Amino acid sequence: MRYHTRAGAVTAAADVSLELIADERLGLAGESGSGKSTMVLAILRMIKPPGRIEGGAVWLDDLDLMTLSEEQMRQVRLARIALIPQGSMNSLNPVMRIKDQIADALRDHGVVVSRRHLEERVRDLLQSVGLAPGVADKFPHELSGGMKQRACIAIAISLRPRVIIADEPTSALDVVVQKQVMETLARVQRDLGASVILVGHDMGLIAQFVDRLGVMYAGKLVELSPVRDIFADPLHPYTRMLVATLPSLERKGVFQGIPGLPPLLGALPSGCAFHPRCPHAVDRCRTEEPRFREARPGAWAACHLL
Amino acid sequence: MAALLEARRVSKVFGGRMFARSSTVALEDFSLTVEGDRPSITAVVGESGSGKTTLGRLLLGLLTPTSGQVSYAGQDLQTMSSTDWTSFRRDVQVIFQDPYEVYNPFYRVDHVLTTPVSKFKLAASKAGGRALIEDALEAVGLRPEETLGRFPHQLSGGQRQRVMVARALLLRPRLIVADEPVSMVDASLRATILGSLRKMNEELGISIIYITHDLATAYQISDNVVVLYRGAVAEAGDVELVVKHPRHPYTQLLIASIPLASTERTWTTDGVAASAGLPDPGRSGCTFAARCPSATAPCRQAAPPLFQTDRHRAVSCYLHQSAPPLDGAEMDKVLSHRGG
Repeated sequence: MRYHTRAGAVTAAADVSLELIADERLGLAGESGSGKSTMVLAILRMIKPPGRIEGGAVWLDDLDLMTLSEEQMRQVRLARIALIPQGSMNSLNPVMRIKDQIADALRDHGVVVSRRHLEERVRDLLQSVGLAPGVADKFPHELSGGMKQRACIAIAISLRPRVIIADEPTSALDVVVQKQVMETLARVQRDLGASVILVGHDMGLIAQFVDRLGVMYAGKLVELSPVRDIFADPLHPYTRMLVATLPSLERKGVFQGIPGLPPLLGALPSGCAFHPRCPHAVDRCRTEEPRFREARPGAWAACHLL
Repeated sequence: MAALLEARRVSKVFGGRMFARSSTVALEDFSLTVEGDRPSITAVVGESGSGKTTLGRLLLGLLTPTSGQVSYAGQDLQTMSSTDWTSFRRDVQVIFQDPYEVYNPFYRVDHVLTTPVSKFKLAASKAGGRALIEDALEAVGLRPEETLGRFPHQLSGGQRQRVMVARALLLRPRLIVADEPVSMVDASLRATILGSLRKMNEELGISIIYITHDLATAYQISDNVVVLYRGAVAEAGDVELVVKHPRHPYTQLLIASIPLASTERTWTTDGVAASAGLPDPGRSGCTFAARCPSATAPCRQAAPPLFQTDRHRAVSCYLHQSAPPLDGAEMDKVLSHRGG
């Protein structure tokens, strides 16, 4: 995935391979600019110029999404892969009632239903995300942030997708409401038997929600492990530092930031992109890019020191 | 014990008079004192709509209290002379939440640093001012040569927020009000920014009021914490007591909702989602009663006063009414002091 700009082409995500298992909750974490949102947009083929997907394939069951026509892809979105974008509660149309927004999605994907059926379906959907049937007749401004976010989840699941991608779905919500929204997402995922990709930089939320976690740095996946392993015994030095920066309620007053800054994508360091910030870097890290390999059963990382 | 900044029985009502149906009580009968001689870090924690930002603005003199007063070094902010106001504006600095909005995109970032230097005549010469700015940037972990001369869009959010911390530092303030300073910054940079706040407190004796929705970071840096719920204090006191052994049902709910970054799954996402739709509590009774699992009839009739449950903690909840009641204006008596 490259962005072509006047200053030259920038690689936002390179050579990332992921396999999403059915029923799985996968996390994708990294600092801003690490390429996690780019990955998600690439999977959905929603990259806009000057961005361009330069290669690779995305398989959904036995369908290669990269070979579909624009119209076919449009039908796949929502129906088979649904996205809950960042700040999605602000993506609701302010002048349409919630039920009409849900109906819109259904109609657009060729689900032609009678009016009565539609009402029933809207009610069921709202109920499955824990909203009262009365919400159907409301406008977005009449709902709280958490309710709007759940209405968005209702739209996302309206066609029973196989994969739900949630990009920082709760970043603007309070902790209590955040928990309710994540509980809702967990429940509908179980009900549908769908898989979820949760993108974000809130490691706490990720720790509590996902089964496996991929950590991205400078457009590449540097580690992909079961979430327990990541927090108990991370493989990659970057992951280790990322986990160490998190505030906990046990240790007090230890502030450990990651020194240095993420590299500019236009000027990536040679070898391992993390080496300028890595406390363990050796000569080899400066010259040779580490391969992404399985260091422990089920746990993958790209680091020479493993 | 000279009070540096003192809020006494401050209330703020938006829209209409108090008790009018259309009005919103953003903050009710709030008192807090920041001591001049003992630098402290006090966290104000609450969800959106709890009144925490209103409180910050009242303390900065950006809003006029509906009742009560905020005073700085004994002078009421609303009636102080313009010389006092100038020194207040120098001694009390603010760091806002959004490091993207506070910059004018047409100016280089130097602008936010050189303006206070010239406005408050901090340096005799241009070179002297430059040296001050460079020191302040280095104190927050930025390299001046990589920061100065750039436009805001050329810096990351974390860098921009650190420039704002440097700007606050430049004026050698006595108090910094930081309103959600790290909520829009990447997790890996939060620790760095909070670390520099803590360092400023310890090494330069600057008191900090840290306004946040995040109890985990509040726990990390503060000595005391005030938990606000819908404009009223739910629980206040020593951070160890409040976070480790919360007594107010709301504080308990908040702590149970924090997703902890650990291998232990303390969060159950398997429960049935509770209702987020809240009826307006009206102005009588406990503001939390509608959501409280332990609410009883008295809770709906009159708001509970503060009860001092421990030496360093007060809770506004009838569950603790066996403890001695504490007048709201004396809430700061329970706040603990480092080494005191």
